[in-house]
Amino acid sequence: MGDLLRVIGDDGSANPQLDPKLSPSDAVRLYRLMLMERILDNRMLGLQRQGRIGFYGPSVGQEATIVAPAMTLEGNDWIFPQYREPGAALARGMPLLDLVNQFMGNAADAVHGRQMPCHYVFRNGNFMSISSCVGTQIPLAVGAAWAAKIRGDRVVTLVYFGDGGTSTSDFHAGMNFAGVFRAPTVFVCNNNQWAISLPVARQTASETIAQKALAYGFDGVRVDGNDALAVYRAARDAVRRARAGGGPTLIECVTYRLGPHSSSDDPSRYRDEREVEAWWRHDPLTVYQSYLRHLGIWTEEFEADLEKAIGEEITEAVRQAETNPPPPVETLFGDVYFQMPPHIEEQLEDLKRVRRR
Amino acid sequence: MPAMNIVQAVNSALREEMRRDDRVVLLGEDIGRNGGVFRCTEGLIDEFPDRVFDTPLSEGGIIGTAIGMALYGLRPVPEIQFLDFIYTGFDQIVSEAAKMRYRSGGQYSVPMVIRTPFGGGIKGGHYHSQSSEAYFCHTPGLKVVVPSTPTDTKGLLTTAIRDPDPVMFLEPKKLYRAFREEVPEGEITVPFGQAKVRREGKDVSIFAWGYMVNVSLEAAERAAKEKNVECEVVDMRTLVPLDVPAILNSVKKTGRAVIVYEAPRTGGRSCGSRGSTRRSRTPLRTCTCRTRTVCSRESTRRWRSEPQITSRRAW
Repeated sequence: MGDLLRVIGDDGSANPQLDPKLSPSDAVRLYRLMLMERILDNRMLGLQRQGRIGFYGPSVGQEATIVAPAMTLEGNDWIFPQYREPGAALARGMPLLDLVNQFMGNAADAVHGRQMPCHYVFRNGNFMSISSCVGTQIPLAVGAAWAAKIRGDRVVTLVYFGDGGTSTSDFHAGMNFAGVFRAPTVFVCNNNQWAISLPVARQTASETIAQKALAYGFDGVRVDGNDALAVYRAARDAVRRARAGGGPTLIECVTYRLGPHSSSDDPSRYRDEREVEAWWRHDPLTVYQSYLRHLGIWTEEFEADLEKAIGEEITEAVRQAETNPPPPVETLFGDVYFQMPPHIEEQLEDLKRVRRR
Repeated sequence: MPAMNIVQAVNSALREEMRRDDRVVLLGEDIGRNGGVFRCTEGLIDEFPDRVFDTPLSEGGIIGTAIGMALYGLRPVPEIQFLDFIYTGFDQIVSEAAKMRYRSGGQYSVPMVIRTPFGGGIKGGHYHSQSSEAYFCHTPGLKVVVPSTPTDTKGLLTTAIRDPDPVMFLEPKKLYRAFREEVPEGEITVPFGQAKVRREGKDVSIFAWGYMVNVSLEAAERAAKEKNVECEVVDMRTLVPLDVPAILNSVKKTGRAVIVYEAPRTGGRSCGSRGSTRRSRTPLRTCTCRTRTVCSRESTRRWRSEPQITSRRAW
């Protein structure tokens, strides 16, 4: 993988020059969130196959690039997600039940079944609402960071996007504004090699995505996205620099989407299974397990206990979520504007009348 | 009361709102030292050097970052130099600004005013003349405001800046310096969703916005003099929300309606007769009134066909 930033060695030891030196509790929390994301993905895909949720976008293989950056942030910082970051939402304190309610679009879903599954939001954790449009979140993250700078707040925004997202005009606009106004934004590109059916070589002729930062006047770094400590280290440094007034950073996390783009996708149509198998041998969970084992934390028993606890947590969340009724009809019409204008009020009344018939 | 044109009224509203609320910031192309290509922001950078930003030449970047500022808690007022150039930011307006409150269940909102000159009259050809308000009226979550006088400009812009939702504020560039009127000093607000009858009449109702209000008033004067027909001219002022009762009240009286707008015919009239429910559906038809549309042809504009610019006040 060439000149990638890596911290965890083949024997599971952390490179002493680069080790971010997580506390034992943070080291375990990072693993727990990654494992939670993996198990949640598998369970939700299963529910989707059973028709219990409508759609799901898994993140299998990308857990390190998703969870580790979120863990480097402080409480006042903001996350502008793409649509594959449940682990980041959980890291920001979003309750698992809220996530599952969103996947089901029920009456307890904070967005009332308006958004398709995997488009969650969690304001208490400054976790921005998700758009399906690729790349649109990038200028928003820059604008919020610029606003924080205008107000003199020591706040950093972190934005996730994929290799496909770097082809959008919003990527260019966001990167350019961030460079010109030195916005405290950390750009995290999850280069998972595939934008649905297109390989990264068909998104860009650049040798790396990280090098694009050079053109905008700030640093780009390229890390092994399946090495959680490397991702953590790069993100932590970038967040610190942004907070200190040093401006933005682009982090390219080289990783791999081991699963389908979504529950509606069949990757066998466009990629070779042998490529997938090769990447499974560099699974971010097993890489991080070797680190925890090296620390004396990870054992077979530790793994079994953790998997059992997470599994039970998810089972309970699904059980609770499935008791919720569908969202009431009024929520179709709310939140279009701050106050419901007369023409929408009329339409709501009309619908109620039709339903009564 | 000072006499102001629309350019000065925009400037006055921005200045007063920036003094009142330090969350109000301006961003756009050439709006700082240059004061904007129409000079609407002239001098504001001197009073507010840390809140007026000249940006790179990117409408998508301007609108996208302004949305981010609004999410964070500021009250950004981005300027798009001409409505004709807004389309690289159209995705941001439609997919992010308009949908944010709905898709986040009210957790996030985008209180932002996009100011932009629109419409013809400056011999600018189609890239400096279009009237694409229908695109925005078609998008739930946006409010669409079109003033036609200096007083309304100041009052509506002040209301827009204080509004909790994203507002498209379309300034009729032909009227920017067309005439002056006395504008009250200090705070004035004009509420959204209230049309204004500019001329009373009993024979036919004309519904218009922006520069077409001015044109309609001229036509009404001629109709009175030459044909002995008394037109009522209603300035819609806000297209979303639309003042449906004002439309109904006028056509109840006259039984005839003319809708006047600068855009091509297809889809353009929907701005002036929003409707999808029984009560508001084609309010003109419910009154069994005869309706005509006066608008542009289904071609883009050419500058050579525009009349000479006049600066006389029509009313």
